[in-house]
Amino acid sequence: MDLITFGVQLLNAIQYGMVLFLVASGLTLVFGILGVINLAHGAFYMLGAYLAYWIAAATGNFLIAVVAGVAIAFVVGLLLENVFIRRLYGRDHLAQVLLSFGLILVIDEVREMLFGKDVHAVTPPAWLSGSIQLTTNLSYPVYRLAICVFCLAVAGLIFLVITRTKIGMIVRAGAENREMTRVLGINYDSVNRYVFATGIALAALGGIVIAPISTVFPGMGDSMLILSFVVVVLGGIGSVAGAAIGALLIGLTDTFGKVFFPSVSGILIYLLMALVLLWRPNGILGRREI
Amino acid sequence: MSEFRRLPPISRRALLSGAAGVATLAVASPFRAPAIAQHAPLRVGLMLPYTGTFAKLGKFIDDGFRLRIEQNGGKLGGREVEFVQVDDESKPAAATDNMNRLVGRDKVDVVVGTVHSGVAMAMVKVARDTNTLLIIPNAGANDATGPACAPNIFRTSFSNWQTTYPMGKVMAAAGIKNVVTITWKYTAGAEMIGAFAESFTANGGKIVEDLTLPFPEVEFQALITRIAQLKPDAVFSFFAGGGAVKFVKDYAEAGLNKTIPLYGAGFLTDGTLEAQGAAADGIKTTLHYADNLLNPANVAFLKAFKAKTGNDGDIYAVQGFDAAALLNIGLTAVKGDTHARDRMVAAMAAAKIDSPRGPLSFNKAHNPIQNIYLREVKNGRNEMLSIAQADVDDPARGCKMT
Amino acid sequence: MRARPRLPSWLVPFLCLMAAVALPFWVPTYYTQFASKALIMGMLAMALNLAVGQGGLVSLCHAAFFGVAGYVLALTSPKYDAASLLLTLPLAVLASGLAALAIGALALRTRGVYFIMVTLAFGEMLYFFFHDTGIGGGSDGAFINLKPEIAIAGRQLLDLDKPMAFYFVVLAFTVGVIALLLMLVRSPFGHALAAARDNERRARSLGFPIFRIRLIAFTISGALAGLAGYFAAAQFGFVAPEMLGWHQSATVLAMVLIGGLQSVTGPLLGALVLLGLEEVLKANLAQWKLAEGLIVIAIVLALPNGVRQLWPLLFGQPRQKPSSGKVAPETGRG
Repeated sequence: MDLITFGVQLLNAIQYGMVLFLVASGLTLVFGILGVINLAHGAFYMLGAYLAYWIAAATGNFLIAVVAGVAIAFVVGLLLENVFIRRLYGRDHLAQVLLSFGLILVIDEVREMLFGKDVHAVTPPAWLSGSIQLTTNLSYPVYRLAICVFCLAVAGLIFLVITRTKIGMIVRAGAENREMTRVLGINYDSVNRYVFATGIALAALGGIVIAPISTVFPGMGDSMLILSFVVVVLGGIGSVAGAAIGALLIGLTDTFGKVFFPSVSGILIYLLMALVLLWRPNGILGRREI
Repeated sequence: MSEFRRLPPISRRALLSGAAGVATLAVASPFRAPAIAQHAPLRVGLMLPYTGTFAKLGKFIDDGFRLRIEQNGGKLGGREVEFVQVDDESKPAAATDNMNRLVGRDKVDVVVGTVHSGVAMAMVKVARDTNTLLIIPNAGANDATGPACAPNIFRTSFSNWQTTYPMGKVMAAAGIKNVVTITWKYTAGAEMIGAFAESFTANGGKIVEDLTLPFPEVEFQALITRIAQLKPDAVFSFFAGGGAVKFVKDYAEAGLNKTIPLYGAGFLTDGTLEAQGAAADGIKTTLHYADNLLNPANVAFLKAFKAKTGNDGDIYAVQGFDAAALLNIGLTAVKGDTHARDRMVAAMAAAKIDSPRGPLSFNKAHNPIQNIYLREVKNGRNEMLSIAQADVDDPARGCKMT
Repeated sequence: MRARPRLPSWLVPFLCLMAAVALPFWVPTYYTQFASKALIMGMLAMALNLAVGQGGLVSLCHAAFFGVAGYVLALTSPKYDAASLLLTLPLAVLASGLAALAIGALALRTRGVYFIMVTLAFGEMLYFFFHDTGIGGGSDGAFINLKPEIAIAGRQLLDLDKPMAFYFVVLAFTVGVIALLLMLVRSPFGHALAAARDNERRARSLGFPIFRIRLIAFTISGALAGLAGYFAAAQFGFVAPEMLGWHQSATVLAMVLIGGLQSVTGPLLGALVLLGLEEVLKANLAQWKLAEGLIVIAIVLALPNGVRQLWPLLFGQPRQKPSSGKVAPETGRG
């Protein structure tokens, strides 16, 4: 492999990892703060992509789709927290697993009623739809580069919120030791609601930004859910920085696995996970016993 | 075990329908006692994907099948038709169970299905075990009309071999020497690429690399970069549905379509062109159908299909349409008496259908003999360039039926 | 509440067994096949409940153990001949047990949410192992052309191709699994497992080797899931990676919850209820998944102890003491 090809594959790996991070960060926040395991996270990723398609088709503007899609997902998140999720605090994990599994079935069917079951494509905004010539015959889509930049910006924003704000402090404290924070008298009810909605919005945002380079199709949330789980396991529950590391590791493993070991590329990331678990059972940046 | 207490009503219902049968017998016997079965509606089991990735294909096959029956006055071989629908969800793991439901519980006379090859092969197995008449309106697995062929199994679509074999010669004739192939790693992909490679190498071409990724993964970027590195004369590919849309778009976005022409099996650009947009322009594919066929049967079909469903007909609708036509030929030959299976099968095997796709007949393994067209994507349609090969007949390797 | 004379404790199980034995003689063949399927899924759910209900280990990878055994049968079946049940069944159960042992040894290093995610990920790894490599036909799956036969010295004892014979073999194994699980749960081992579930710290300070106890339970649970998987593969004559997928695992967890975690046979009831529900919904409702999802959610929220909670409401008499402890206690909290 020559240097340029290697560079391009590296770029592919990072771009893939970035989108994974976006989705997984929402998952890890909800785990870390709420202690709720949400199997429906991938379904919201899928829903985000369909919202992007629907709004972009209706308004002809992808940016409106980004903003409106995230807003809709946030509101849906608040609503779901109010109706279902808050009944789960303090319930066992089995109840959480099954309730969110039920939600997947419901969301799938609702998606079919609202948007049908066709495969759709979404056009990125015109100023992002070009390509940059890299070699004599290979060019790189500007939109994929834009995703990298956008995800970096979102990651930066999340870090700022976590390190500089009061909510961030609670989040960090919760990730360290939830029981202790509760004892200290921090009111979780309002924090919970917004954290859950933010998690959902991040999943949907992942689906929205991926829509123009992926296609929008019914089963797209499934594989993303599992990958996000692996990212969170790798990085450590509740750790946003861990999620970033885990996502990049998976991006690299998957991309280069496909090139060098095509026949076993599917299981490489799980082998990676098994190795990390042997080394650190609580993930790379996970500190506490869950 | 209170679950089992729910069962008696169902057997009671069966009993009632039996009683109804006896009543019919009593009324009808003065006229045509031996032909009782012809008065009961023909029970047709439609086992198709009504949800999931292939849902749209299932819908079009269903619509096409029903359209042909409507044109026939709602009858097949003189009998009213009653449908039993099962959603196979394109899940092979549930296929045997679903098929048992149709054959064992619902007692259908014939089963029509399905799209997914894995599901279809499970259906073939049950059909062989229970001697149920089965018509496959899409799935192209070579084995269904190869080693697994049987008198009671017909196919109105294609074999995977059939659709891509003619392309090897076409590409070699265009002066292409080195080709990279890319597909999903599953039977359909292997068979389509295999048939292409068979004729392409026989005509002097060379397969530089055979790229695959697991079905139904759609992260192509790493493999597209690999293609750019290999710099072949052309790429031959097979994907379908969402994967086809994404591959074609990714290929164009990487700028490869300007230097390395993309060829493919027809499914790469069928039912997907709207989502692929300009990225699909100029892609050449082979299939047993094209969007601008002007034979009278196709013109009439497209008009009727549009009138019935509001949608533009496609190859899937044609395959469903022809499944009903074939069934009608068999049933007409025996005046609706499905018990005369041998004569019915003989009539179906000898059928010559003026299909919207062109002339359609069947080989000894009950796979279609049909024209394969070379098409190019122009103006958002798969326009026919030429007949890549006329009357293509699958070799039916492994079929022991004579 | 009216006091009623108490029924002898053996009566209900005995009547259920009699009904199960009589069933294939008075329903159409299709329902005999359906009952076999329900018993097989019931076996899987009961196996899973050893880990979930008794051990407090919410596993999302039991479908993988289920599927591994199915693949063992598919891979050891000759193409044009029947495999020997007496040879392949132990092999399949052994393979599933070994898979559970390996995954358990890694996953049991973690707790709670982490355990769920790790089992999910390892289950998916096995899924991708069969999906991506050529073993067993990749994503297309593999056929088992002939059902395995029970033969000694070349003489066939039972023709499993007959749905009724198959049903009785499955029924016998189901009864065997129930007996084995009852024995385990009531043994000192079962008490230690429950003690570790209810309060890990206390159990540890009492000197129980918790990791080893859990690993043994997880392995037995996985091996029994394999037993179910073997019969599932034999019944349908087909295995595909979906058999190992996490949707399957979650569905079985739903069966466990619907039947209730408190008893050994509850999950069997859960399997019957959920499969029966699916059968009815599929036949009558295009949006059956929506209905199923809502029903699962409703049961989680309203009946945390499963449908057995309905009995006191229906019959005006508690069938068992209200559960004293937690339903599925979280492990290692605090």
